Amino acid sequence: MAYAEHAETDVLHEPKSFLTKYIWSQDHKVIAVQYSLTAIFVGIIAVVLSGLMRMQIGFPGSLEFMDASAYYQAMTMHGMIMVIYLLTALFLGGFGNYLIPLMVGARDMVFPYVNMLSYWFYLLAVLVLLSSFFVPGGPTGGGWTLYPPQVISQGTPGTEWGIVLMLVSLAIFIVATTMGGLNYVTTVLQARTHGMTLFRMPLSVWGIFMASIMALLAFPALLVSAVMMLFDKLLGTSFFMPAMISLGQQLDHQGGSPILFQHLFWFFGHPEVYIVALPAFGLVSDLISTHARKNIFGYRMMVWAIIAIGVLSFVVWAHHMYVSGMNPYFGFFFAVTTLIIAVPTALKVYNWVLTLWQGDIHLTVPMLFALGFIVTFLVGGLTGLFLGNVIVDIPLSDTYFVVAHFHMVMGVAPVLVVFGGIYHWFPKVTGRMTNETLGKLHFWITFLGTYAIFFPMHYLGFQGMPRRYYAFENYEFIPQSAQDLNAFITVVALTVAVSQLLFLFNLAWSVFKGKPAGSNPWGAASLEWQTPNTPPIHGNWGTELPVVHRWAYDYSVPGIEQDFVAQTVSAEELEHMRQLNAGTRIADVKT
Amino acid sequence: MASHPPVPDESSSANPSSSLPAPGWQGIASDWSSDREAFKQVPWGKAMMWIFLLSDTFIFTCFLIGYMSVRMTITTPWPNPSEVFALTIGGKDIPLILIAIMTFVLISSSGTMAMAVNFAYRRDRAKTTALMLATAALGATFVGMQAFEWSKLIAEGVRPWGNPMGAAQFGASFFMITGFHGLHVSLGVVYLSIVALKVLRGDYERSGNYQIVEIAGLYWHFVDLVWVFIFAFFYLW
Repeated sequence: MAYAEHAETDVLHEPKSFLTKYIWSQDHKVIAVQYSLTAIFVGIIAVVLSGLMRMQIGFPGSLEFMDASAYYQAMTMHGMIMVIYLLTALFLGGFGNYLIPLMVGARDMVFPYVNMLSYWFYLLAVLVLLSSFFVPGGPTGGGWTLYPPQVISQGTPGTEWGIVLMLVSLAIFIVATTMGGLNYVTTVLQARTHGMTLFRMPLSVWGIFMASIMALLAFPALLVSAVMMLFDKLLGTSFFMPAMISLGQQLDHQGGSPILFQHLFWFFGHPEVYIVALPAFGLVSDLISTHARKNIFGYRMMVWAIIAIGVLSFVVWAHHMYVSGMNPYFGFFFAVTTLIIAVPTALKVYNWVLTLWQGDIHLTVPMLFALGFIVTFLVGGLTGLFLGNVIVDIPLSDTYFVVAHFHMVMGVAPVLVVFGGIYHWFPKVTGRMTNETLGKLHFWITFLGTYAIFFPMHYLGFQGMPRRYYAFENYEFIPQSAQDLNAFITVVALTVAVSQLLFLFNLAWSVFKGKPAGSNPWGAASLEWQTPNTPPIHGNWGTELPVVHRWAYDYSVPGIEQDFVAQTVSAEELEHMRQLNAGTRIADVKT
Repeated sequence: MASHPPVPDESSSANPSSSLPAPGWQGIASDWSSDREAFKQVPWGKAMMWIFLLSDTFIFTCFLIGYMSVRMTITTPWPNPSEVFALTIGGKDIPLILIAIMTFVLISSSGTMAMAVNFAYRRDRAKTTALMLATAALGATFVGMQAFEWSKLIAEGVRPWGNPMGAAQFGASFFMITGFHGLHVSLGVVYLSIVALKVLRGDYERSGNYQIVEIAGLYWHFVDLVWVFIFAFFYLW
């Protein structure tokens, strides 16, 4: 308590110079922007890598340097960067950092210095990862799941340096996430403002909060598997390496269990899916409610669904391993839990749709992305039900159906939320609006483009086209028409990739030339739009912390003129607004 | 917006910190449905340390489960711990004697740490410092004995990639798990020493905030507790 009282009365240390204000900043808003820009930067690299891969698949041999090794390296780095270094970092480090203190009414994260360290460790992790492009042998090419024994056996690209740098980079990233996550969780639990109960928090905060807890509990498994694999690679231990013959030679390893790695990896890997998805769920709930001018349907249900998904996501991991050779009885258990976790997830989708029902829907750019998310997530989620069943999964395993599924559900869907979220909160971050025409153009190209890319992949998967193959010539079972489809997908993928420049240009242009936004351009009720300054200054709230009187979803409240009631409006003020409105109406009738 | 009333209305006006908290589940429910803090009277640092320890628990759990899984699945025989970790004292092999002493030392250090926290809240700076330094010294002794144990095993030919007694994973798991724990103890020794010196210097006098000592204590007790599990699962199994 002593600390919380101090935080309220103490004057925050005000940064003076450029360096302390923008580089070595401890302000959560600056750290959020640093996180976001770094994540978007590595994201661009991952997009370029996917373009290179698509060129090879669509037009085999068109790029001379794209040999099998380069293909596998691009694939591995694309997957790892997108899942960990872009989405996890952007949702937790970017959106989490920016929104949590503003949405719960805190002046900053509870430990700003640790928060700053979190960003610098993240940057270090990114640099270590990217440095693997320049070492002998290049980055690792073992697939983003890094399955042993293949990933550290001769013949896989990057076994000399690449895999070591990858594992070290992941370990550094985990340190960064832990420092950030501790801050986010403690801030939500212990540093909320007057009147901000847990059940008055916007769903964005709930999603990020739960995802942070999950990150703190799931990343340890990845850290442990990274340490064990580093030992296998550097010290010659045999945690994951069985006795095997490689290139005609008996290796020194004996008795390790590759399946142990898969268990550890997916004990991290499956919660990781929801570490990305839950913040997306939360943000999209706020976007839909704000832009449909209607309270979110079933708020408490939404919160409990987030919690239920968070808990259940720790007991579904082996549905990634149906074909790994684990005990088949496990498959039964994990198929059941996988289908159970679909229940709270489906509940959320119903609630989003019911929020839209009879809402006053404004088709703004953020809203378009939010609607795009619902549709995309639904499609990806339904194919998840296919893959969650052992018996359906086995023939579909390692085909393009899987690629289509996870790109829909955990690639495109969260990325649509990232775009929507950036368009939505950009006015708060910079004080300026983004260009709406460019934004809509960006949405339609991205949305339709991703469907053109990933829908055909379901079909290719049914035809048996295996994933992770470098070339598809001379396979009897793959018809020629598949190649035409692949070429089509490549053309669309490159178009979509290039069209992302619209987004970058829009942001860069709007920072300087955008229309001034005012403090609350969307008429949103949640706390971050009620700051005394836009963009919020250091310390966020001026001299006094805000007082919260209601939840974040009072839209279209009957009897008052304004179509939203901010969280800071008290019951008496609301009554006053009602009377004022009634007064003007009577006056209208009289005249 | 118009000026805010100083006290929030409705449900949030019940401020548990001003009245006695309700007992049991009712108290928990009212704390968690209140505003500002879910854990009343708990400073930020302490909450954060608890959450960190929860995360760290998962790290050690994964290490131990990984080790146990490897130990159960390999086909080569696992070396007998009570023979490997025996010391010859006065011509007699005493099994696990060194580990027993190490465990005793580490658990004693938890006792001195608890006393340090007690004296810190009584603002007895001299005693607090002395007890914290004693804790750190016991911790350093533990790490020293671990170094002795390591060098003895290395001299006997135990390596991460193999050993003369049996399964190669014995050495791998041993060095990895005890090394990771030893790293925690070493960091704890440094951490405790820094806090002890700050107590002695009177850094916490101004704010009267001696919770820093308790937070350091939380970490230390955790490291001890983890050792109990390592002792049980690695040495006694």
